[in-house]
Amino acid sequence: MNPARAPRAHHSATRLLHLAVQSGRIEHRSIADLPELLLPGDLLVVNDAATLPASLQGSMGPEDAPIELRLLALDVDGSWRAVLFGPGDWTTPTERRPPPAEVLIGAQLRLGELSARVEAVLPPSPRLLRVRFASEGAAFWSALYRSGRPVQYAYLARPLELWDVQTTYAARPWAVEAPSAGFPLSASLLGALRARGVAIASITHAAGLSASGDEALDVALPLEERFEVPERTVELAHAAQAAARRVVAVGTTVVRALEACALQANGALEAGAGTTTLKVGPGYRCRVVTGLLTGMHDPSASHYSLLAAFAPRPLLDLARAQAEAEGYLEHEFGDLCLIL
Amino acid sequence: MQVENKAILITGASRGLGQALLQTFAEAGARVVGVARNGAEVAAAAARLRERGFEAHGLAGDLGDKRAIYPIAGAATALIGPIDVLVHNASTLGPTPLPLLLDTQCEDFSHVLDVNLLGPFRLTKAVVGSMLVRGTGTVVLVTSDAAVSAYPRWGAYGVSKAALDQLGRIWAAELLGTGVRFLSVDPGEMDTQMHRDAMPEADPVTLARPGDVARKIAALVAAAEPLPSGSRLEAAGL
Repeated sequence: MNPARAPRAHHSATRLLHLAVQSGRIEHRSIADLPELLLPGDLLVVNDAATLPASLQGSMGPEDAPIELRLLALDVDGSWRAVLFGPGDWTTPTERRPPPAEVLIGAQLRLGELSARVEAVLPPSPRLLRVRFASEGAAFWSALYRSGRPVQYAYLARPLELWDVQTTYAARPWAVEAPSAGFPLSASLLGALRARGVAIASITHAAGLSASGDEALDVALPLEERFEVPERTVELAHAAQAAARRVVAVGTTVVRALEACALQANGALEAGAGTTTLKVGPGYRCRVVTGLLTGMHDPSASHYSLLAAFAPRPLLDLARAQAEAEGYLEHEFGDLCLIL
Repeated sequence: MQVENKAILITGASRGLGQALLQTFAEAGARVVGVARNGAEVAAAAARLRERGFEAHGLAGDLGDKRAIYPIAGAATALIGPIDVLVHNASTLGPTPLPLLLDTQCEDFSHVLDVNLLGPFRLTKAVVGSMLVRGTGTVVLVTSDAAVSAYPRWGAYGVSKAALDQLGRIWAAELLGTGVRFLSVDPGEMDTQMHRDAMPEADPVTLARPGDVARKIAALVAAAEPLPSGSRLEAAGL
């Protein structure tokens, strides 16, 4: 499948593959048809995490060796987990990037206006680090936004700006990579969904890196990620369940946040926050989520494995083959699939 | 909307009305972030509030620069959480003494629109979608009687504020019934540096104090019976 090589200026061009799981029927629609594919009383849940400027170019060591540090997650003690890359930038696919020199605990990383100290090297990769920045509060965040750029993708025609990777409803900057299934949800479409009687609610999930190019690390993805599910979302989910309506997640991060949150309370969804390493895959029985609006992604990715919790693999493969034949575009800025 | 524990972002917060709003909302128990071109000044204003036990942060940012918008929204939200109240207070007069339109450089006119109109549009766009999904939020636009009356020499500024009023009304119309509301407030003539720049001959005794106006605006935001979205008010009448 061809990738969408640039952000769309007008999301109305986004195509929507509707995969009706019960009947096994596949329909080719437009994103504008989403309201009519849902029912009054259904709940659509989005991930409102804004996307960080998580890619920091800089240097380390007495030789000033060039590096790139990609932030993975902010932890409760104020330190960050991050992945170190050797020289180069986004135009080279991560798996072909040279590895960085060995990094030792205590090493100082110089990253634009920021400096960070390596506090630990974490399993499973010598490139997975725990770092602590020298500044904090407003000084840290201002410097991060001046020094960092969004994580980039080698398939793109031009580098991404910060505004290219935000959804309409982005709030706290928790995501390292954008919760991109929500890109086509324009204010106009959200209005049409509301007019249809579809409720819209949010969770926040700190979506991490989709790939690092480091085999040991990529096998372990997704690493522990934090989430927060607010009271209003829980109430709306319970209302949808009570009315025998669907709870549709926009993107796989929403599935992980809602399901992890439900697991914390023995299967009953309660408002709360936490961290999760939950891997949803074939055979996983979801407690909350009954449908998924998601991007088109590589069948080898862990993302694709999550889809198998919602539809049998052969049906997913058939949908993907049809999408490819129909000229759908894949990846972050591509077309969408509604599994319901 | 009770302002206690709410997240409030205020632009132009290093001095005058903006600084007074930062202080008033912080004292009412809100978590506040102030933005100003002069980062050191706004950081100092926030630090003084933190010393008194309030949650306040200062960010450097120029509302006239489109690259500054998502960094402001992102850093503010990282510091205090999803924004509940956004106050567009930052504005520029352009060059002073204020020129007649025929003497106004096109670039200066354009810059005034960038700061006073496009900046609020862009920052609202970056913040209001989250309010929409959460079903709650207030956006305050600080306007001026120069938006309504045609004062000679107030051309660029007056046009920018008239357009800002209309921007607020259209946002309000588009988001009607969503729980997100827009209010335009004309603070009147205040004893501020900006007023001295525009009208150095004015007698300060005749001017309102920014702190008094800030308390009126905070009361509007907190009012138990909220005003209809799209309302335009004059602080002098409150």
